Amino acid sequence: MMKLRQLEIELEEVLKFKNPKVYLEQYMTPPHLAACLLHMADSKFHDIYGKTVLDIGCGSGILSCGASLLGADYTLGVDIDEDALTLFRENCSMLVPSNSVECLQCDIRQYMTNKSFRTSFDVIFMNPPYGTKNNKGIDMEFLEAATNMFKTAIYSLHKTSTRKYVCKRAKSMGLDASVQAELRYNLDATFTFHKVKSKDIEVDFIRFTPTKQTVK
Amino acid sequence: MLLSRILNMRLITHNMLTSHVKGVTNGYPLIIEATEVEEKEVDFNPEFISRMMSRIEWPALVKAMEWIGKKDCLPEEPIENCEKDNDFLQKAHHALMEIEVITGSLKCPESGRKFPISNGIPNMLLNEDEV
Ligand SMILES: C[S@@+](CC[C@H](N)C(=O)[O-])C[C@H]1O[C@@H](n2cnc3c(N)ncnc32)[C@H](O)[C@@H]1O
Repeated sequence: MMKLRQLEIELEEVLKFKNPKVYLEQYMTPPHLAACLLHMADSKFHDIYGKTVLDIGCGSGILSCGASLLGADYTLGVDIDEDALTLFRENCSMLVPSNSVECLQCDIRQYMTNKSFRTSFDVIFMNPPYGTKNNKGIDMEFLEAATNMFKTAIYSLHKTSTRKYVCKRAKSMGLDASVQAELRYNLDATFTFHKVKSKDIEVDFIRFTPTKQTVK
Repeated sequence: MLLSRILNMRLITHNMLTSHVKGVTNGYPLIIEATEVEEKEVDFNPEFISRMMSRIEWPALVKAMEWIGKKDCLPEEPIENCEKDNDFLQKAHHALMEIEVITGSLKCPESGRKFPISNGIPNMLLNEDEV
């Protein structure tokens, strides 16, 4: 298995958005964080090697690249934005050792109720928009869409300040939420044009699994 | 050195996609209308293909090959114990992993709505009135 440090070094090569679209919340998960999260998913839960992975809101592709480097069989990245996907392809073709990643353009909100993939993916990774740019609730829409398309686990990042709400909503979707790590990162640092010095935000790294059915 | 490669839509992905246009009840499989197709050799991983067999909708894959113009490359039905048959897996591998659609469209079998594929990326975005 690839070592954490080595994964991080590889992921540092991922090119960032050149002109991030603020309304789509196009900031990249920092390489160090992405490496830690993916490595944990693989080493602690065996959720990557030999699995099929869906990366929702794949952006520049850091999560897909990481999953593929850790041995995912097949990874599909989806994003609403064509420019993001162009960058995604650039990054994946540079970093990914095998032909195991593909991408697709779609608006995940259109996939919440309608069944859009015939088969589900073993695992879903996402760092959804947090809904701070006039799109309140979009992180829950991502989660709801993911719920229709996974088998084993969904890994996602959510603002720590919304933890209670997220867990409650997850429960109503038939998911158990377990917080794996509390993280801080400087979100605005990834938007190059910001002049004001910004604060770190606190996010939870959560693993969602189907609620265990109690046998009657 | 790693050869850089572009990741275009392959039939493994086509096999999973359905049309999500509002009101459509049977949007599977999407009809492939390809104007540009490429074949690229990909390392054969029999374990992977074998694992994927349970998730692949075989008739849709056979159809897809037909639409691409490679009708006779696959048996109509998976053979018995196909998960262990190297010859069979190799054929499935070729169909799933080595054929890339670069330009064309995916047509909803029910509504006729076309989802364009350009630069190897299928665009499944719907207009507001189609959701
Ligand atoms: C916070 S970024 C995460 C990018 C990447 N996954 C990462 O971890 O670095 C969110 C991504 O979601 C995409 N996005 C926003 N709204 C979307 C939607 N409705 N459907 C699909 N993707 C969307 C954005 O274009 C952006 O790339």
